[in-house]
Amino acid sequence: MMTSLRFALRSLSRDLKAGELTVLVVAIVLAVTSMTAIGFFTDRVARAVQAQAAETLAADLVIRSPAAIAEQNITAGMAAGLRTASVLDFPTVAIAGDTGKEGRSLALVTAVSSGYPLRGKVLISDEIFATSYASEDTPEPGTAWAEPGLMARLDADIGSVVQLGSAEFRLTRVLEFRPDQSFGFMSLAPTILVHIDDVPAMDVIKPGSRVTYRQLFAGTTEAIADFQRVLQQELGQEEQLRTFKDAGEQIVAAIDRAKRFLTLASLVTVILAAVATAMASRRYALRHLDTVALLKSMGATQSFVLRSTLIQLLLIVAGTAIVGTFMGFAAQGVLAELAARYTPFALPSASFNASSLGLVTATTIAIGFSLPHLLQLRTTPPLRVLRHDLAPPQLRTSLVYGVALLALIAMIWSIVQELKLLLLIVGGLLGMTVVMVLAGWLLVRGFTRFRGGGGIAWRYGLANISRRGRESVVQIVAFGLGLMVLLLLTVVRNDILQDWQQSLPEDAPNYFLLNIEPQDWDGIASLFATELGSAPDFLPLIRGRISAINGTAIDVYEFPNREGQRYVNREANLTWTATLPESNRVIAGEWWPEDYDGQLQVSLDERMARNLGISVGDSLDLMVGGEQITAPVTSLRLIEWDSLSPNFYLVFSPGEVRELPQTYLSSFYVAEEDRSVLKTLLQRYPELTLFDLEVTLKQVRDIIDKASLAIQYVFMFTLLAGVVVLLAAVQITRDERRFESAILHTLGARRRQILQGIAAEFIALGGLAGFLAALGASAIGYALAKYVFDLAYTIDPVLWLAGLFSGALIVGITGTLATRKAVNEPPVRVLRNG
Amino acid sequence: MSKETVLSTKGLGKQVSSPEGTLTILTEITLEICSGETVALVGPSGAGKTTLLALLAGLDNPTSGVVHLCGENLGSLDEDGRALVRGRNVGFVFQSFHLVPSLTALENVMLPLELASQSEAGERAKKALESVGLGSRTSHYPRQLSGGEKQRVAIARAFVTNPAVLFADEPTGNLDTASGERITELLFDMNKQSGTTLVLVTHDKNLAARCDRTIELEAGKLLA
Repeated sequence: MMTSLRFALRSLSRDLKAGELTVLVVAIVLAVTSMTAIGFFTDRVARAVQAQAAETLAADLVIRSPAAIAEQNITAGMAAGLRTASVLDFPTVAIAGDTGKEGRSLALVTAVSSGYPLRGKVLISDEIFATSYASEDTPEPGTAWAEPGLMARLDADIGSVVQLGSAEFRLTRVLEFRPDQSFGFMSLAPTILVHIDDVPAMDVIKPGSRVTYRQLFAGTTEAIADFQRVLQQELGQEEQLRTFKDAGEQIVAAIDRAKRFLTLASLVTVILAAVATAMASRRYALRHLDTVALLKSMGATQSFVLRSTLIQLLLIVAGTAIVGTFMGFAAQGVLAELAARYTPFALPSASFNASSLGLVTATTIAIGFSLPHLLQLRTTPPLRVLRHDLAPPQLRTSLVYGVALLALIAMIWSIVQELKLLLLIVGGLLGMTVVMVLAGWLLVRGFTRFRGGGGIAWRYGLANISRRGRESVVQIVAFGLGLMVLLLLTVVRNDILQDWQQSLPEDAPNYFLLNIEPQDWDGIASLFATELGSAPDFLPLIRGRISAINGTAIDVYEFPNREGQRYVNREANLTWTATLPESNRVIAGEWWPEDYDGQLQVSLDERMARNLGISVGDSLDLMVGGEQITAPVTSLRLIEWDSLSPNFYLVFSPGEVRELPQTYLSSFYVAEEDRSVLKTLLQRYPELTLFDLEVTLKQVRDIIDKASLAIQYVFMFTLLAGVVVLLAAVQITRDERRFESAILHTLGARRRQILQGIAAEFIALGGLAGFLAALGASAIGYALAKYVFDLAYTIDPVLWLAGLFSGALIVGITGTLATRKAVNEPPVRVLRNG
Repeated sequence: MSKETVLSTKGLGKQVSSPEGTLTILTEITLEICSGETVALVGPSGAGKTTLLALLAGLDNPTSGVVHLCGENLGSLDEDGRALVRGRNVGFVFQSFHLVPSLTALENVMLPLELASQSEAGERAKKALESVGLGSRTSHYPRQLSGGEKQRVAIARAFVTNPAVLFADEPTGNLDTASGERITELLFDMNKQSGTTLVLVTHDKNLAARCDRTIELEAGKLLA
């Protein structure tokens, strides 16, 4: 054992020094770096998303109740070391106290204790529709901060007095944004923020009043988790827990998509690295056959060869895992730096959660793609010292590919963790490899016919392609893979990223208008047309509650999970429309025809359907304004929440729903300089509710921008992996070429002729591979856009030509340059040393 | 010099299958080689000299017959067993030197000592290199050595374990006449000093003439 360890150590260090292992080591290090960088980074992003989500609650955990929160729960939270704040929400009428215009409006009073919000910031401004800034405190007792909508309706200004119940308040700030302002249009009245100590003086809370008590808690993740466990048993019937899982759909959707991009980049890097590893290992094994035969002639046993091979591989795994993990850690630092420059939230510091990933990656690649080739060395016949043409018994193909496939599946699974996506990727990869091998084989065969024309170099080069048969096909596939990634990264990536960025254009709606009555349509439309140059569309909005699923009342219905329960606990916003909204895609069932006016149908958000345990064909009962309606579910939709268009979980077909009580909503873009129109609007139509989406919009846009940047950066690894594959592919035939060139030299061929022949061969191989790569890149780009990112993508045939020429150029140049040294070696040396 | 037999064969034959059917390379080879003897295997190309050498050294399996090497019946051993017998008793010198390109001259000579877990490998290898006149070339890599120097490293490597039998396959085949002669001198000098049995395959008549005995092969059969 000692001997094999010592021998393994020595030969490893010699091989490393001699550059025998460079491609292999670089490939594995790249895979590990990429995996761990993304691992470290997504771990941080996941925690940041949690923090971000916490901001939409203004806390890490909230107890909500229609009655006062049990005192023992508050003290338990404080005892657990958590910070806490109390909030009371209730509607009341706000009356302008000193304008003489008698402005009045329904307002949602949010009364808060000092310390609110525990997470996120309240944005305020000193003047209506002026630039906002973050507030450091809460309203002083006796003062109030009102939303611009309310101020417009009351015709109030900063300094005005507003009466709420029996108490009077001086308006000191304009309330622009609260982190916990709900996204689901739950609050139909504009908010006014006051201090909680002023609530008794208002004298509006009576038994039966619509009041929501919220107790906010924030602290360390562990303390929150512990407290949550305790609360789960202590919570009263009416008390509800809310945690970060109730985050805004829009931000979660954008971050989710960004993570998919990053994951994909990492996945491609790892697959390419695996391919390069397999090729480099095969070459390494072939080059070491002579050494192993020599060792065996000098007394080395098979187990000695096996042991020292395994030890070497183990050392390579350990070394690449350590180096790669450190590089990954450093690389994620850069990623985080890029992200921080644009992020609305701070990234938590990196944890070592992802560090085991490096070792796992290195081990999987080594076992799956290197070991089978190295195992071959063990069976090298010692007779090879005398008979150079003897090869070791061929490995069983099923073993080599079986092990590689298993390793590949394991790696992809660890990254995507989604069966459908796994099948899609593995199936796609296998399919593509088969197609490439077949196409490569056909092209190689076809080339045999073409070699009549052209000069001697061309003829010699093309003859080589068909003579090398198997190697040529392997090279075409490898070059093809490398080039495909290059094309995907340069051309297709830009297209997809651009599509993504364009999904949220500059003039994406930044305001929602609610509570529109049909009789106000004309007035609102003409106001917009005059002031902004275009009139918005109006969407019906109905409020209702799900009362039964498939005839079973929801009180007794068994939900597949707690999430499902949440959808039915509150009133939902519904709409009806003839056409499928732009940011929606039907993934099951069918959307009704545009002129449909028959029996009522309903279309559900796919995730809601899953959480409710509903599929196409089931039926839903809803209570709307005291009336019960029943509709079959005829389609499920995937909603792009990050489009920030008005979206609905439940959409009805046109027809009898027209008779239900409903108001209308609209979304539109108003540039900053045009915002005075909003004041006019709210003064003219005081019952309207205006929602400012600017902050959310900015957050989503920021996420897209910084994610695009991070993706570009991560793709650099992928690009490098692609180059490593190209190098590994060039190396496959390098030794053979060296020998052939020497023989040709001896036969009188000039260096230039030989180089021309080699160039011809690589240009032809590169052209073929490039063409195949472009076809593959188009197909993958299309599939990715459609199935993974929900974006539109058009296939561009120019890409195919670009593939053909860039392949010929890149492979032609790199291949020839990489082989040049071999051609320049004195033939006598090559032939003598064999 | 004792007359103990170190290498013997009885009815040795080798056939291989080829596209044209079964090909007989060696038939009924029976011979005995004594300890300390120097033997040349000669004959025209394709006569089966190298195949016989491979069978004698246990690098290949015969189709029929037996080989005894240093008291071991090679046919009764598996590949690993034969490797161990070689490790203990055999040294090789090849026509194309077979130095490991990534190892220095010294490391190449140390290799068989390390494989046999022998102590002071470095010291002994250094002495072996000095004895072939390459004491100043220990840290050179094969690519930095001339053909004759490479073969001297190979000879040092072959003798460093004090093998009972040294097999040489055309040891001067890749060298010019002058270098070839120097290598021949060296080989026989070292052989004399260590009392090793030398079995060499050669086309070189001068080399064959220096051996105690010449075994001539033709079309796979012994002539004398």
